[in-house]
Amino acid sequence: MSLETLEIDHIPSSHRIHAALFHDVSNTDFLHAQLLARNPDFDYTFLDASSVISRLHVLSAIYRAVTTQLEGSLTTATPHSEVVLSLSPNNNIADAYRRWGITPGKTKDIIVIKIVSGTEVPTPEDIWAHLTGAIKGTPAPLSDEEIAKATDWPKVRKYYSLNAVPALASVKDEEVRRREMERLAIMKMALRGL
Amino acid sequence: MATEFPLPRVLTYPASAPPSLIAQGAEGRLYKTTHLHADRPCALKYRPPKPYRHPILDARLTKARIAAEAKVLDRCYREGVPVPVVYALDAAAGWLMIEWIEGIPVRQGINEWLGERPEDDAPPAEDLDETPIVDLMKRIGQAVGSLHRTGVIHGDLTTSNMMLRPRPQGSEPEADAKKKAVAGDVILIDFGLATQSSSDEDRAVDLYVLERAFASTHPRAERLFSHVLEAYKHSFKKAHSVLIKLEDVRMRGRKRSMLG
Ligand SMILES: Nc1ncnc2c1ncn2[C@@H]1O[C@H](COP(=O)(O)OP(=O)(O)O)[C@@H](O)[C@H]1O
Ligand SMILES: [Mg+2]
Repeated sequence: MSLETLEIDHIPSSHRIHAALFHDVSNTDFLHAQLLARNPDFDYTFLDASSVISRLHVLSAIYRAVTTQLEGSLTTATPHSEVVLSLSPNNNIADAYRRWGITPGKTKDIIVIKIVSGTEVPTPEDIWAHLTGAIKGTPAPLSDEEIAKATDWPKVRKYYSLNAVPALASVKDEEVRRREMERLAIMKMALRGL
Repeated sequence: MATEFPLPRVLTYPASAPPSLIAQGAEGRLYKTTHLHADRPCALKYRPPKPYRHPILDARLTKARIAAEAKVLDRCYREGVPVPVVYALDAAAGWLMIEWIEGIPVRQGINEWLGERPEDDAPPAEDLDETPIVDLMKRIGQAVGSLHRTGVIHGDLTTSNMMLRPRPQGSEPEADAKKKAVAGDVILIDFGLATQSSSDEDRAVDLYVLERAFASTHPRAERLFSHVLEAYKHSFKKAHSVLIKLEDVRMRGRKRSMLG
């Protein structure tokens, strides 16, 4: 089972957060249709992994979504949609969905997040059974290596305005450069709405 | 450390390590905690509600200050000024989570270097190699210069609002304890009073505040401060005119203190 239960600091134990990655998904249009129809069985965050940098990047968005929910100030309808918005540097929800949500005909690699809280929590096994039945793709763990296979850097750089950042000018090493871009992206997300 | 103050709500949820209270200032508290995982230590700056202020006004002020500090850090970090990166925040709830800077405040480094020398201002023994402390002064000048080049005024420059972060292991041969005390990269912190300006006057006042703070915190090292200004002078194009303005600012400062 590639579904992982994430441990995130400063998130109450009432919340359980599960995540996985699917490569080469062939039924993105079906999944997208379920979201549009607000099918209650598809209460998930589906992210286009090509717009994602790393595990830390995803965790930062989840953290923001859950803390926003705890403060009672969600901008969107659910913590699942709030995760999508939390990846964006601006408050435009449609834009966030276009960039970080899934797009029929385009999205090949999907990160799935399930946030559960309260009493009637499904078990990880239940969630996994549903996901593997619904998503036609190759499951993988949500690791940096697996995410990196999908990341489209030119796109990510554009989304977070990373193309002309003076702080990156002197960084030559590619790996160091990517970690710096990750830091800058997470900071942009944190500053959304100010 | 016993928590004499109620924790901000965000710190009441479980984490890999309990938060510790590092500093308690007039405006707020600073906790050391973690962002997402145990291996991401961070500083959480919290501005609690002020019971003596009108609640609506207080909430608005707190939000504006957290937002202002975060924006300045973002701007500085992107421009390559040595400051902590922002991890997360909730302006309405009054907290800002930033990268934890390892090391010691510059104030402590300088004091460790000065050690137990006699209280007087006499020049140090002939054989004392001052290169390490002079280098630190230059790094301070460069850090402040890069800040000013970016168009940001710190507003509270002191050697407590600068950290000395050790360089990664192995990048320098091991030094003796004294040298080690003043080694590392200078990182500017505490942007609670920062503003945006590129005027000579504002920049000169920022330097003057540092000069006065330095003289009172490190009276025995006062003569070394010239190296801060020297490095500052070469750090950006307009620095030269700022230093000319600094003469005026000092003059006004002296007049004011003579008038009492
Ligand atoms: N990012 C950080 N990393 C490590 N220590 C920090 C950091 N920020 C603040 N500190 C420590 O906490 C103290 C108080 O923080 P500061 O931001 O200066 O708040 P205050 O407004 O209370 O002076 C600092 O002098 C420093 O010792
Ligand atoms: Mg301070």
